[in-house]
Amino acid sequence: MYSEKVMEHFTNPRNVGEIPDADGIGEVGNPVCGDLMKIYIKVKDNVIEDIKFKTFGCGAAIATSSMVTEMVKGKTIDEALKVTNKAVADALGGLPPVKMHCSNLAADALHAAIEDYKRKKERKDVAEQK
Amino acid sequence: MKRVYMDHAGTTPVRREVLEAMLPYFTERFGNASTIYFYGREAKSAIEEAREKVAHLIGADPREVFFTAGGTESDNWAIRGIAHANKEKGKHIITSSIEHHAVLHTCEDLEKEGFKVTYLPVDKYGLVKVEDVMNAITDETILVTIMHANNEIGTIEPIAEIGKALKMLDRKIYFHTDAVQTVGKIPVNVDELGVDLLSISAHKIYGPKGVGALYIRKGTKIKPFMTGGAQENKRRAGTENVPGIVGFGKAAELAEKELMEQYEKLSYLRDKLIKGIMERIPHVILNGHPTQRLPHNVNVCFKYIEGESLLLNLDMKGICASSGSACTSGSLEPSHVLLAIGLPHEIAHGSLRLTLGRDNTEEDVDYVLEVLPGIVEKLRSMSPLFPSKGGN
Repeated sequence: MYSEKVMEHFTNPRNVGEIPDADGIGEVGNPVCGDLMKIYIKVKDNVIEDIKFKTFGCGAAIATSSMVTEMVKGKTIDEALKVTNKAVADALGGLPPVKMHCSNLAADALHAAIEDYKRKKERKDVAEQK
Repeated sequence: MKRVYMDHAGTTPVRREVLEAMLPYFTERFGNASTIYFYGREAKSAIEEAREKVAHLIGADPREVFFTAGGTESDNWAIRGIAHANKEKGKHIITSSIEHHAVLHTCEDLEKEGFKVTYLPVDKYGLVKVEDVMNAITDETILVTIMHANNEIGTIEPIAEIGKALKMLDRKIYFHTDAVQTVGKIPVNVDELGVDLLSISAHKIYGPKGVGALYIRKGTKIKPFMTGGAQENKRRAGTENVPGIVGFGKAAELAEKELMEQYEKLSYLRDKLIKGIMERIPHVILNGHPTQRLPHNVNVCFKYIEGESLLLNLDMKGICASSGSACTSGSLEPSHVLLAIGLPHEIAHGSLRLTLGRDNTEEDVDYVLEVLPGIVEKLRSMSPLFPSKGGN
């Protein structure tokens, strides 16, 4: 039911873990529904220098998390914001239809991490101006 | 790669002896049992011989055993057939909240027709209380349907006690049990259980898929499920699946002969598996009753991880198992059984069911115990819910 690419990412997930001094953290999903993704980013000069994830969920949830980290590592914030859930699924060679809604949330988690980064940065900039 | 099949509550392989018994009925003994000439008589007597074997396994009269296309049909027939034939007496049905979907969805369907259904709760082990059944009875109640043992968590329900209590009433309420998981695994006797209807499936006892039976006690008022020809004493129309029925008969005969030996072997392996998992892996919950459970059933929840990921990892190691997570239940909800015993959603998603069978060995159990802790640890190390050192 899963593509080879999905199984490959599921078996050898990239960038698993946490970044203790992350610049942004994004969390989406809900353990009640069976999926929870947490993405950590480290940003330097507007570029995602490092990215890590932790995911509770099914094969699709883990594979999409792994895939999204691989897709945006080294990319600018603006480029990363253009990555959609669908693009992640496509990069994995597609997902079973039932998984498209419930488990395909990795790009959302990434965007949440970027928003968190932007919020923190804004606060920091304001503080510095004062 | 080493393969270990531990999903026998899902299905079992057809035994060699069963297949051999079936084969002639596809080719040289191909007759339609409703015909009068030699081939027809040959098929007819093969069906009757199988009926005797199935009846013997459950302590019934062969005339009370009706072949169906499987457990789901038997459940549908029992419930719809009783409901429709007895609706003048009342339109209330009592069942439990942990029944198989073949029972639950049938009851829900009858609700749309105006029947009222009581779905009894269960305790933390999945047990239905006899007094809850009796307290739910109204003047309108025509049927009680409670499974003999639960297919997911393996808990064996107090069917004989419920049967006894129902008999004390001054009017007849039909009693059905879905015994798909118990027949051939533990002793099943329709009189000792006090049931009027009992569902069986062949493919859970090393018989073929697509065959089952419904036991219907003599004198039970029930509508036929299929209308058409006069097969099965005019109660279940349609040309009989002769090879399937013959295979079912053979499987029933073997199951009865080997029941106690298998019971002992399977319960030993089950206990070793449960103990081994509990000893090797932290944050595990055993689901179902610790002792009043099917001899081949192990069901546990691993906190902080999700069932489908677990199954995929086990599959990569050649181990076939099942889970009650949302992904494997085909809906967004985890198993209704695990929720009914009071597990929170996030824990129910992390369930694993291992069901043993006659081909499993102690080495198989050792292999699972060797592989499982690493898989659980790997998934937990990826889980944001797992309380790790320095995590948040």
